[in-house]
Amino acid sequence: MAPRHSAVVRITHWIATLGFFGLLVSGIAILLAHPRLYWGETGSVGTPSLIDLPLPFVLVGQSGWGRYLHFLAAWVCVLTGLLYVFSGLLMRHFRKNLLSASAAYNLLQRIAYLVVVFVLFPLMIWTGLAMSPAIASVLPALVTAFGGQQSARTIHFFITIALILFVAVHITMVCRAGFRTRVGAMITGYSAAGKEGA
Amino acid sequence: MRNFLTRRSLITTGLATAAGASGLAAAARLADRYGLIPPDHGGIYGVGETLTYASQRLLMSHHSLAREFDRSQISRVAPVNGDPPQRESYRRLLAGGFAEWRLTVDGLVARPAGFSLAELKRYPSRTQITHQACEEGWSFIAEWTGVPLADILNLVGVLPQARYVVFFPFDESWDSLDMPDAWHPQTLLAYAMNGQELPTPHGAPVRLRVPRQLGYKSVKYLSRITVTDTLKNIGEGLGSESPEIGYSWYAGI
Repeated sequence: MAPRHSAVVRITHWIATLGFFGLLVSGIAILLAHPRLYWGETGSVGTPSLIDLPLPFVLVGQSGWGRYLHFLAAWVCVLTGLLYVFSGLLMRHFRKNLLSASAAYNLLQRIAYLVVVFVLFPLMIWTGLAMSPAIASVLPALVTAFGGQQSARTIHFFITIALILFVAVHITMVCRAGFRTRVGAMITGYSAAGKEGA
Repeated sequence: MRNFLTRRSLITTGLATAAGASGLAAAARLADRYGLIPPDHGGIYGVGETLTYASQRLLMSHHSLAREFDRSQISRVAPVNGDPPQRESYRRLLAGGFAEWRLTVDGLVARPAGFSLAELKRYPSRTQITHQACEEGWSFIAEWTGVPLADILNLVGVLPQARYVVFFPFDESWDSLDMPDAWHPQTLLAYAMNGQELPTPHGAPVRLRVPRQLGYKSVKYLSRITVTDTLKNIGEGLGSESPEIGYSWYAGI
């Protein structure tokens, strides 16, 4: 049995998994209230859209709990993410496992993980904050950097798509590398198999 | 196998739990005193709400101004949600051009008062071009003119124990603001939009405008404003009608 994942990585992995699905489900609930995307500051029915998503407008019932759950799950993900990043820096997790060539992952995998952790998640938080009128009043540059509040909403949507693709590839690779061993390793921290993996 | 449960470890754990619990209770009392607990703080979702509201009120300036835009950026389309109130009293006022309309301001104030539309228009006004986002996702930019709520609060003399300002329109909905947003210079009692009388679907004769929060916080068709130290006795005690139908009280988001 070879040690594979540290306790912090395992715990934050599963909490983040829970938080991510909370965000995804509630994000869809919020999106369904107005499944149209715009560019710039404003946009509404009656103005040109960037993309009309092939989804129904569901106006009543779900965007309220969607928003409540979205913020609860966002707090879970942000606090867990902070714990993961700071402990990863302190314990040299990124340097040992994601930045060096001798690690258990190939180059594409390492780039994918680093992009998710250091580009997509921060951008997700940034575009999310840019949609808050209160936060925009304190840090207007958060919004103007994207060219407007609706642009931030649209980018928030496309990062979601990127993260869904990442999760799909991630789960596919876990299955191909051996679902039971890999998931077992992420739960117990030990892997009976070799070093290749997801 | 070693003995996990020694008396010492039990006492230590017990004391630590008691200290933790009383520490949490003290922190909650302190947070409430400093206005960091939203009225819809209950339940599992209340945890997220409280974290969001408390961190914004703690970390962010209470005086930051919402972005203001250029005339050229005013949206040609300004959608509305919901119909004007069906109540007979409102329909009569609307038919009479709101000549008989009065905005009542009462509660924890030194001088309760009623204001006619003409009186409100005689006070110094503020005009601002701001962005309004609906919680559904769409948004528009419009120019709003009105009296800053702070000026009216100063006129009636808010008592020191005031913690919230509650807004009642001519329909069944209602909402409230905490004092930082109530005193905010961009919080308007707006009677004009894009240089014209406030259109009926946008909340005639007077609506609230709170540009640091989502659109649903800007109560339309105002009838009465009450200053209070507690929201517990109004509706279900959640601070507005919004949480009763599933939406956050704090819409600064």
